[in-house]
Amino acid sequence: MKRFNKVVSVVVASAMVMAMAGCGSDANNGSADTYKIGGIGPTTGGAAAYGLAVQNAAQLAVDEINAAGGVNGYKLELNFQDDELDAEKSVNAYNTLKDWGAQIILGSVTSGCCIAVTDKTKADNMFQLTPSGSAVACTQYENNFRVCFSDPAQGAASAQYIGENGLASKVAIIYDSSDTYSTGIYESFVNGAASQPFEIVTEEAFTADSKTDFSVQLQKAQDAGADLVFLPIYYQEASLILTQANGMGYAPKFFGVDGMDGILTGVDNFDKSLAEGVMLLTPFAADATDDLTVKFVTSYQEKFGEIPNQFAADAYDGVYALKAALEKSGVKPSDSVSDICEGLKAAFVEISIDGLTGAGIVWDAAGEPNKAPKAVIIENGAYKAM
Amino acid sequence: MKADFMKKLKSNKTLRSNLITFGMVILAYVIMEILMAAGLLSNLLKGMLVPLCVYAILAVSLNLTVGILGELSLGHAGFMCVGAFSSAFFSKCMQEAIPIAGVRFILAILIGALCAGVFGILIGIPVLRLKGDYLAIVTLAFGEIIKNLVNILYIGIDENGFHFSTKSSLDLNLSENGKIIIQGAQGITGTPNDSNFTVGILLLLITLIIVLNLIHSRDGRAIMAIRDNTIAAESVGINITKYKLMAFSISAALAGVAGVLYAHNLSTLTALPKNFGYNMSIMILVFVVLGGIGNIRGSVIAAVVLTLLPELLRGLNDYRMLIYAIVLIVMMLFNWAPVCIGWREKIKYKMKSRKTVKNSGKEA
Repeated sequence: MKRFNKVVSVVVASAMVMAMAGCGSDANNGSADTYKIGGIGPTTGGAAAYGLAVQNAAQLAVDEINAAGGVNGYKLELNFQDDELDAEKSVNAYNTLKDWGAQIILGSVTSGCCIAVTDKTKADNMFQLTPSGSAVACTQYENNFRVCFSDPAQGAASAQYIGENGLASKVAIIYDSSDTYSTGIYESFVNGAASQPFEIVTEEAFTADSKTDFSVQLQKAQDAGADLVFLPIYYQEASLILTQANGMGYAPKFFGVDGMDGILTGVDNFDKSLAEGVMLLTPFAADATDDLTVKFVTSYQEKFGEIPNQFAADAYDGVYALKAALEKSGVKPSDSVSDICEGLKAAFVEISIDGLTGAGIVWDAAGEPNKAPKAVIIENGAYKAM
Repeated sequence: MKADFMKKLKSNKTLRSNLITFGMVILAYVIMEILMAAGLLSNLLKGMLVPLCVYAILAVSLNLTVGILGELSLGHAGFMCVGAFSSAFFSKCMQEAIPIAGVRFILAILIGALCAGVFGILIGIPVLRLKGDYLAIVTLAFGEIIKNLVNILYIGIDENGFHFSTKSSLDLNLSENGKIIIQGAQGITGTPNDSNFTVGILLLLITLIIVLNLIHSRDGRAIMAIRDNTIAAESVGINITKYKLMAFSISAALAGVAGVLYAHNLSTLTALPKNFGYNMSIMILVFVVLGGIGNIRGSVIAAVVLTLLPELLRGLNDYRMLIYAIVLIVMMLFNWAPVCIGWREKIKYKMKSRKTVKNSGKEA
């Protein structure tokens, strides 16, 4: 045991030396010729799909911008760190990026992690743009901005859309009560539904531990006579719900939000004909035919071998928004982190970008994007605008 | 007086060993503080100081159950969860009422420890009648139950007092200016960041003092007697239930303290499988096993090394988790595989014999 302790102390000592070796450079003064962007998101574990999508798309955008001559004549550099979907690890990732000399943070990808990081970026006055952190508190400080819709915005917009278009009179909801994203949308949907001409007949929850069998929830929705089922959940569970509803001969309308994007491409062995007639509110559709989307999807697929989801689109737009804001503000890579933050904060409310997730996206000072949600319906295995 | 102490130090092996343990922690603290003051510490390491204390406290407290009491508990993260949520709830409610961070934090620590300790007793009474695998299974279930309960808990406050719900925040029926404190799966947001390294080290030292003193006390010997042979211990009149419960609840309360430190280090607190699920319980158990079951100093070292390792391996990008897993396996084999133990003994023997040969050579 003594011997082991000796070995361990040697290991610890060398590890500390390693850790300290990287701190000679002063993080406040970045190198003079590149803007250093630090990305944070889960690239391992259960949510790796989202983190990897953001990492890939952000890298793609950075490469494109650099190939086209960079921003203000300077190049962009991206360093993406894994947070394992853990708030504590997310803060570790942020600190690692600070040691690397990051000047702008693109992340975190998930809400919980993002909120933990906002506190740290606030303390350092570093500009933070989350591509997909949708909880309200993700933009709680003035240095936080986001690319995606916030949860309340999506829930309320969905309720409004269903009500105004008279899609249903009785609505059932199935949501994931252990997921921040899902409960956030669910709550704002219920709030928004109060003033709409339809009635919520049943609200059924499931958790991350029991997300394989939905027959109970579906049965309740059927018994309550719901003619529309609202699914504020991710596409993996939604695909199971569609399959199981079909199995029990229950065919209401299904309405999803942006997490549903990916149902046509992301699930193996899923009978895509079951998704016919599913409606969803999403800012991004991978098979849209506008030039920007086509170009993005082709180059993403070429490089990473899969069809990008909306996380990727948010990240891509995020990098381009940063580019626009950097150009507008005119801050240089040699400026301090705090100066860059102030410059970007002022510039972000002035820019307007035509991105994958909407045309003419503008931001308000609270960090919320203003873009129109697009409702699409799946017809013949493809999205069609409604 | 001094000579007296030195003599005692020489003759008393446990005192010496305990002082080394405390000295190690204090030395680490001093080195870190000096480096921080000199600005030589990387941001990553600076940010990891409090988590390191958290995991060290957890490992030490679990070692009390596993190493000293000799029962396998897989629900340690559950106690941490109780401590974290109860204290964060308190801090959030009292943020305005008690503006002095220090006082509020001390109260929060006491509340966290108390709540976790009470849960320890409540769980311990039925559960400690079980042994071995059965105990492990029940504690595992307990940890999961706590996590799931917290995930459906909604608590809000307005001028009429507290509102509780297990359904959704809408069912709280809060008035206009009410605020939600615990929001189900979204947990608690905006806990004041009261934890710092100094407090962390102080709590770790207190934990070490409590655990080491307990081990070397009359009660500690009774607890170890139960571990070694329950029937024999019972036959000499040791109150089995009392001592088992004592070790278990102290262990739980200390885990609660770690939870308090954890909750006040981050501004979000959610009960995910990652931080309060069985993964975490097993992680803590890994610290204990790798550090040596019953070896308190080893627990601290193992917790620090295994928490730092994945962060220091960030440079390896995609291979990080792979290397981490391999290191775990290698360490486990090195520590516990019979072949490795034999090999280590052999080397030790060789070194010793070489020394004696040298000495005898000199004599000749």
